[in-house]
Amino acid sequence: MINVNGLTVRFGGVISLDDMCIEFPSGTCGLIGPNGAGKTTFFNVMSGFVTPSAGTVMADGVDLLSMPSFERARWGLRRTFQTEQAIENLTVFENVATVYEHSGAGTRAGRNGAVMEALDFVGLTEFAHDSVRTLRAKERRFIEVARAVVGTPKLVMLDEPAAGLPDEETNELQEIIKAIPGRTGATVILVDHDMVLVQACCEWSAVLDFGRLLASGPTGEVLRDPRVMQAYLGIEDIEGVDHG
Amino acid sequence: MTAAEITVTGGGPLAALGAFKQSRYFQPVAIAVVMVVALFVIPTALDAYWVANFTQMAIFSVLAASAGMLYGRVGLVSLGQVAPFGLGTWVCMRLAFATSIPYPILMLIAGLVAMVLGVLIGLPALRVSGLYLALVTLMLVAAVEIALGELKFPNGGPGFRGLDATLSEIKPMRRPSFAESDFGYYRFAVIGAFVVFMLAAYVLSQKPGRAWASIRQSEAAALSAGIDVTRYKIYAFALASFMAGVAGSIYAGSITTGMDIGQFNRQAAIFLIAAVIMGGIYSLWGGLLAAFFATCLLKFLIQNVIGHDFWESFNLSLFGFGLLMNLVQSSKAADKKGVAA
Repeated sequence: MINVNGLTVRFGGVISLDDMCIEFPSGTCGLIGPNGAGKTTFFNVMSGFVTPSAGTVMADGVDLLSMPSFERARWGLRRTFQTEQAIENLTVFENVATVYEHSGAGTRAGRNGAVMEALDFVGLTEFAHDSVRTLRAKERRFIEVARAVVGTPKLVMLDEPAAGLPDEETNELQEIIKAIPGRTGATVILVDHDMVLVQACCEWSAVLDFGRLLASGPTGEVLRDPRVMQAYLGIEDIEGVDHG
Repeated sequence: MTAAEITVTGGGPLAALGAFKQSRYFQPVAIAVVMVVALFVIPTALDAYWVANFTQMAIFSVLAASAGMLYGRVGLVSLGQVAPFGLGTWVCMRLAFATSIPYPILMLIAGLVAMVLGVLIGLPALRVSGLYLALVTLMLVAAVEIALGELKFPNGGPGFRGLDATLSEIKPMRRPSFAESDFGYYRFAVIGAFVVFMLAAYVLSQKPGRAWASIRQSEAAALSAGIDVTRYKIYAFALASFMAGVAGSIYAGSITTGMDIGQFNRQAAIFLIAAVIMGGIYSLWGGLLAAFFATCLLKFLIQNVIGHDFWESFNLSLFGFGLLMNLVQSSKAADKKGVAA
């Protein structure tokens, strides 16, 4: 359970998050909203890259915001980025191993097994010893997911993981995301503009607009909320959404 | 012979070489070849003048690899590596004159003292980066340059400075008993450089190396992976400065007629980073190549092509031109890569 209470972020006169209060249940949760709604700012606050002017985040009874960034990763917070950040100078195996060994996910002896399990989970076993430079966009995206699930994550935040992927690969990613809570026990927060992906992966979703929580609840209901239709989708009827 | 046959016969050995370069045997074989050439071919085939130049190349290769590692592997643009190099030289000379500590231990001590300075260089790196870090580290070089200019290099005299003002020349420092001749010391320098390169290669292949690769690409992603960026940046400066300090201690024994402060000043710092960029910053081999450019090839060109006067007048301009060519080639390579992708 991730409990966000009164989270406020100001950049000069701009309020990016405005007294945000959300309780993310376990499982996979969607966090949606139009561009500039504050989704990535929320991830950056959670990662420690942005300091909020007010608010707390309690995760499994731990005050996340009181820890330095890297300590949060060691606690079990993992994230991906909108622009994929697989490390080019390392192999696929080394990319995932880096997270395992620095996040204190387990013993040194268990490293190789854990890394190969994570690569198997995202279907990258055959690329384990390839340099990241030689890989396509899909594999580079999937490396990030493997980095997020290796070891013992407690909270996995995926920031537009399907951006730039064709439908077929998005479907593949969808199955992987759906399997993360079952495999790791972690809570997953998924930010994406692909509503089909969000609906397929997330039983529960929250909607942000101008840094404020607009609605939260079961994903199907939230997407049918007229306020969400108007603010995010620009329409008042879900039938008008182009699922293609 | 048809065009197709020519392609096949011409491409065969090249393709085989390309495949071999990708194999895991390439590095060990390349290292073995370099070491055999350095230890056995050069001392037998060349005269004392060129062996002395190759001694300087061995020393400079360690210094260049240390600067290249910081820039290419961690993304820290430091111009300050000549500072720990100078400190390593001074500490080694001071202790060599004052004590009978075995030379390899002196090298270790010089490296460790330089490492302390490296950590001090690293502290501003926690706050600044890019051009600002370059400027801060260059200012540190200026400070060390002034300090060494005041202290002067020890010549066997008394006191902290170990300086005998009545001696106009700096006395040659003692060398290891097993490497007192110039040829022997050359081999000693090569082996010393080899050990430091192996140390660096080992660290780069381990957990710190992977942390540095992460930091170089994205500090945000590194933090998200649980990497203590601050600690690993300081660690990088510590290792690089240790390497530079050891290089300085080998340099101390190679100088027989007087130590020149010009090796440790701001111009030397810029000369070093220019050579390092030309040699290549992404691999430790780049340090070797940079050292070859900056010592042996340069000496050859000055003697046989451009002349000493021209070099004195235009040395920085020539390195600027070299850097420009390097950038042009890099951008062409990047364009080709983009097209291929």
